[in-house]
Amino acid sequence: MEINLLAFGQITEITGKSAWKMVEIKDSNELIKNLEEQFPALVKMKYSIAVNKKLIQENTAITDKDTIALLPPFSGG
Amino acid sequence: MGQDKIAQAKVLIIGAGGLGCPALQYLAAAGVGTIGIVDFDVVELSNLQRQILYRVDDIGQSKAITAAKKLETLNPEIKIEFYNVQITNKNALEILENYDLIIDGSDNFATRYLINDACVLLDKPLVYGAVLRFEGQIGVFNLLDKDNNRKTNYRDLFPKPPDLASAISCNEVGVLGVVPGIIGTMQATEALKIITGVGKPLVNKIISYNALENSFYDFEIISNANSSIDFPKNIKAFLDYNYEWFCNSNLDVETLSVEDFDSLRTKEKITIIDVREKGELPFVDEFPFTLIPLIEFENLISTISQENKIVVFCKSGQRSAKAIKIIKEKYPNCQAFSLKGGIEAWIKNNKI
Repeated sequence: MEINLLAFGQITEITGKSAWKMVEIKDSNELIKNLEEQFPALVKMKYSIAVNKKLIQENTAITDKDTIALLPPFSGG
Repeated sequence: MGQDKIAQAKVLIIGAGGLGCPALQYLAAAGVGTIGIVDFDVVELSNLQRQILYRVDDIGQSKAITAAKKLETLNPEIKIEFYNVQITNKNALEILENYDLIIDGSDNFATRYLINDACVLLDKPLVYGAVLRFEGQIGVFNLLDKDNNRKTNYRDLFPKPPDLASAISCNEVGVLGVVPGIIGTMQATEALKIITGVGKPLVNKIISYNALENSFYDFEIISNANSSIDFPKNIKAFLDYNYEWFCNSNLDVETLSVEDFDSLRTKEKITIIDVREKGELPFVDEFPFTLIPLIEFENLISTISQENKIVVFCKSGQRSAKAIKIIKEKYPNCQAFSLKGGIEAWIKNNKI
């Protein structure tokens, strides 16, 4: 199973890339844990997560070919 | 018919800056009957790169008043009201009440949450927009989606404000001038669609735009009970709410003036840290320092020697204040100072 990751704003700086793939992630909690292990700076970041273009608010199942977007807030105006 | 609706409409824009300037111009040009402008700032040289209502001659003048004057010459037939004040939870309800639709052109999180909450309490639609560097976000909050009968707001998108280190502003790290131009214009577009009832406003949806990639990414927001945990339940709660505290933006840290800094570093050995991004200008080589970008600060804090006094600087003093807050949280007894006014002030003082 393979999923697509998209990063925006400052998250791209932390991950070093704006789009990449991951394998064998069963839900969003596991995804976050995995990402934080790979990129420790993410622990302190606040960001929202969208699965297939729908924002999630709680632990959500992830399936093959899903696209996950990591969306940090911007404040600039 | 559309033009009538536009002429009857009353739109308030909070912030006459990067987002506000283009939005205001297009709304005035379209003939929005009443336009309100809230901004307590004055025009600065560094604004002119993106805040295109202003000219060099306007530097030092009130933004709200200057913007109103320019818009009057663009469209003398509409009514323009300006509020040369800082929007706070004490004046927000009174100001917003007079308008049908609110546009968020502010530049900090405390104000964004404040405007959002006021719009929910007063039941006004809010056109949200935000930018940083080469990206922007835009969406419409607090408007009923007739298809599925739901409304969302900013807290459904971001229930919690970000930590100090991630709350950086356009003045600190910059924004490509055209980006707020694009997002601000899109905000005006959404406003006109809502007013006329034409097209599909971005209700319960956000578009994220990347100027470098020429890409748009859209996603839906859902409302959730968790999002309302920190929401002020009624007017009294709103008036009592401390938005600065909620966003941890009240930074009361020890600062060092540029003169005291120069005096200190000649008298004793100190540890100097630059928390700007790698390669960020202006370049400094008049004294030795270590570069630790703010975003990595918390991770690398244990590498900083506490033997000597620590002085942290950045461009203008905002990021360094955040860094000092981080140091003091971990090492409360550490002697650490933020360079007041940042390296900009130091360069000016030393006439380099």
